[in-house]
Amino acid sequence: MVLFMAGLGCCVLGVVAATVISLERRVIVVTLVGSVGCLLTFTAASQVLVSGRAESFHSSLVLPLAGINLTLDPLGALFVAMTSFVGVATLVYCVGYARGELRSRSALSLLLVFLMSLLVVPAASSVVTLMFFWELMALSSMLLIMVEQRRRVETRVAAQWYGAMTQLGAASILLGLLLLSTKGGQTFGDIRSHVAALSPTLRSFAFVLTLIGFASKAGAVPFHVWLPKAHPEAPSPVSALMSSAMVAMGVYGIVRVGNDLLGGGTLWWWIIVVALGVVSALFGALHAVTSVDLKRLLAYSTIDILGLVLIGVGCSGALAASGHPRTAHLALIGALLLVVSHAAFKGCLFLGVGAIERATGSRSLDHLGGLIRRIPISTALFVVGALSIVAVPAFSGFTSEWLLLQGLLHGFVGKSSPTLIMLLVGVVALALTGGLTAVAFVKVIGIGFLGQARSTAAASAHEVPRTMQIGMGILCIPCVVLGVAPGIVIPLLNRAIQTGHSSSVSRPVETGIGLSLVHLRGAIEPMLLLAGFVVIVAVIAGANSIRRRPARKVEAWRGGGDRPTARMQYTATSYAEPLQRVFADVLRPEIDVEVTHAVESHYYEQSLSYESRVGDAIERLAYQPAIRAVTRVGLAARRIQNGSVHRYLAFGFIALLIILVVLA
Amino acid sequence: MTDIGSSLGYGFIASLMQVVLVAIGGPLLMGLMAKVRARAEGRVGAPIYQPLRDLRKLMAKEGLRARYSSVVLAAAPLVVLGSTTLAVAISPLVTTHPLLSASSDLFVIVYLLLTGSITMALAGLDTGTAFGGMGSSRAITIGALAEPALLVAVIALSIQARTSNLPTIVADTITHPVWTSTPTRLLALVALVIVVIAETGRLPVDNPNTHLELTMIHEAMTLEYAGSDLGLITLGAAMRLGLLFTLLVNLFVPWGVATGSSVLGLLAAVVFLVLKTSLLAVVVSLIEVHSAKLRLFRVPELLAGGFVLAVLAVITELVTR
Repeated sequence: MVLFMAGLGCCVLGVVAATVISLERRVIVVTLVGSVGCLLTFTAASQVLVSGRAESFHSSLVLPLAGINLTLDPLGALFVAMTSFVGVATLVYCVGYARGELRSRSALSLLLVFLMSLLVVPAASSVVTLMFFWELMALSSMLLIMVEQRRRVETRVAAQWYGAMTQLGAASILLGLLLLSTKGGQTFGDIRSHVAALSPTLRSFAFVLTLIGFASKAGAVPFHVWLPKAHPEAPSPVSALMSSAMVAMGVYGIVRVGNDLLGGGTLWWWIIVVALGVVSALFGALHAVTSVDLKRLLAYSTIDILGLVLIGVGCSGALAASGHPRTAHLALIGALLLVVSHAAFKGCLFLGVGAIERATGSRSLDHLGGLIRRIPISTALFVVGALSIVAVPAFSGFTSEWLLLQGLLHGFVGKSSPTLIMLLVGVVALALTGGLTAVAFVKVIGIGFLGQARSTAAASAHEVPRTMQIGMGILCIPCVVLGVAPGIVIPLLNRAIQTGHSSSVSRPVETGIGLSLVHLRGAIEPMLLLAGFVVIVAVIAGANSIRRRPARKVEAWRGGGDRPTARMQYTATSYAEPLQRVFADVLRPEIDVEVTHAVESHYYEQSLSYESRVGDAIERLAYQPAIRAVTRVGLAARRIQNGSVHRYLAFGFIALLIILVVLA
Repeated sequence: MTDIGSSLGYGFIASLMQVVLVAIGGPLLMGLMAKVRARAEGRVGAPIYQPLRDLRKLMAKEGLRARYSSVVLAAAPLVVLGSTTLAVAISPLVTTHPLLSASSDLFVIVYLLLTGSITMALAGLDTGTAFGGMGSSRAITIGALAEPALLVAVIALSIQARTSNLPTIVADTITHPVWTSTPTRLLALVALVIVVIAETGRLPVDNPNTHLELTMIHEAMTLEYAGSDLGLITLGAAMRLGLLFTLLVNLFVPWGVATGSSVLGLLAAVVFLVLKTSLLAVVVSLIEVHSAKLRLFRVPELLAGGFVLAVLAVITELVTR
């Protein structure tokens, strides 16, 4: 715990440093102090994960009235370790990335405040501590989204959406946690010991309320609308932190409250979680396929992957509730491994988009192309993240999805039909998103990095500073290591899920050179598969190069015409057009075709404009009407506020009368 | 120690046999299907071993590569062929004890094949020509829609066998012959046949003989390839066809696959496998003769049908056991 507190102290020190140090050295000093802090918290969290012993800290000096309660147990330590890792990578990246507004005192200190609150949230062990740092996390990230607000007005709209959604979510969480602490005591220990005395209805209310808040933070549809707006507008390091660490806090919250504080709960709670997960996974995957803006695409893919995680968490809860603890743990391990590897690959991808933006000035796929020749190192690092997310074997995405699938697959036992239906729906959603995610990222790599440059900026792109590459490289390490040798982290995950009420279950996964399920038939050895692949490719390449001259370079086949220009290539929009058409009923694209006819004859067309846009159908159909209704109520309320002091005095008098009457 | 050594040695021999068998058998299968088609249309047709001769010709030719291409174009043939070969080596084609049989998971095989498809789609985009992009976009669309049907069909089989380990499923099917006639298996079989037709680019999804820009899918992606690169890709595609066909017959008619550890059993298994797969190839190509290519935007309906059948297979398994 000393190390953890020292790490947090470093973050505070970084905030101070950001405000006092002059511009030239500010970035390097702040990132250095912050990185040291993250390394300390990482060490502290790893110790807890390895030993399995929780450590606590309490002080009544820090937060007035309630005091601060921190407990680093294995579940929290997993998320602290993950956040610290992403934190180090992001801060290293910042050294090269920070320019303009991001180097200002306010932005850098906010970045460290954000990082610190992300580190404290999973360690908080009382309602007050959790909510305080939850709000600090929300506010600091909201301000960070607006860092570039002078140059780009869009950031303000994004921050508004984010602020509204996150405050509604926080209110919901607070209400839920308050319901839980009604029997006395606001620390998690008190809640655990009193929760059995609460009525089932109250517990269910509390779970649903906290679920709404946490699911909204995890970007679950239909509470996701802020995510594809906020993540793209933030500076890339902030997007990376938000998309890899902050959304994971939503999952942490659901597991903490549902599995730990409430001790499992009933089946229908988890049916809601799975339903949220299924809708999010499909919605996110489909929108990721059709997005053209790289960051927006990544934001939707975050919704997709977090949806899969929610499916895993929900199925795990349901299996536990229907008496299958072993498969429940298997599914939960898969889900948590997916959270961790998502943090790594999504962090890497967002930092990669930052690198692309730095190199070309654009993040629209339709302005890129041919980047593999201009920025080869950044491309390679980005591709590692992309291979991981599409679950190519021997990358972390595959290993975690495999474990998740095994959990669901072996859950198909017994006769409890609601659980079976849920598992079926979960498995089908997992299958449907797999192919769609592959399309989204083939599109990103194929259109963005291969082919010919679609703009002069892309044609003259320059490789980004070394520190940015190192930042991305740090996040590539877990993408590969968790994929090839998942055995390293499985015991730690085993410890992380043994919290609270479910501490007596044996390990569901045995680790050796690969992974094998205990008492169930299933195993993979990614390291041997990779070795086999390397040997086979080496043999083929060797056999193919015997007595052969290197291939001659020629012009691409032009079909008898002129040399193909960059504009003749497929674009991101046209690449995904067939799928957009297939799923038009869900995506509801808005297509405008305008034809101007020639004056001489109606049969000839002078010009034709075609515009196709895929907006967020849920935002359009659910949120916009709600916003309009609220605005209408607000305008109506203005009528009684006409600025007359007499009228306001009359209101006060009437209100006083009513109160007196009621009291009497 | 000797036991591990001998089982490793056996696994290695068996896997090597499978790779050689599919590397030669895949092209021959294509030749056989072309021959059946030709005969059914009243032509003589090229000899069955014509694809092998084509491969030999391609491998002897000079390599050509488009000027504005990256390492992806050069590496794609190796990755496509390598991933398919790995899948062939670890699948239970002639024996239930191939190399790495513990990792021979259905999901590993599916994702290895997906890796090949992704690589091919990227190679199509690498030169920045309209044809490559067109083929890539179409192929990945069909791949994305075939993938869920494939996965769910595979899950149906895994739920029945209570494992997703492929050799175990095949071995258990041999000991539980009843499984092959359960509604789950039959529904999954139809779903898998649809997926295999889509994944191997056969009619009515894709026409392997076309070079007409309106219709071609796989051929458009490989348009920039020539010489030995094209040879490797063609071999990869043929091996993919061989792997999917042999897996299909082994999952539904597993008899003949060697479960012991005798070399004689392996040889007998090869004979059985060749017979079973040839029969399937003849049936598929007779279906092909009688079907016209579907419009691209009708293909999703076919694949959705496969997907629904696969989901039904899972549901029947849950209901009937």
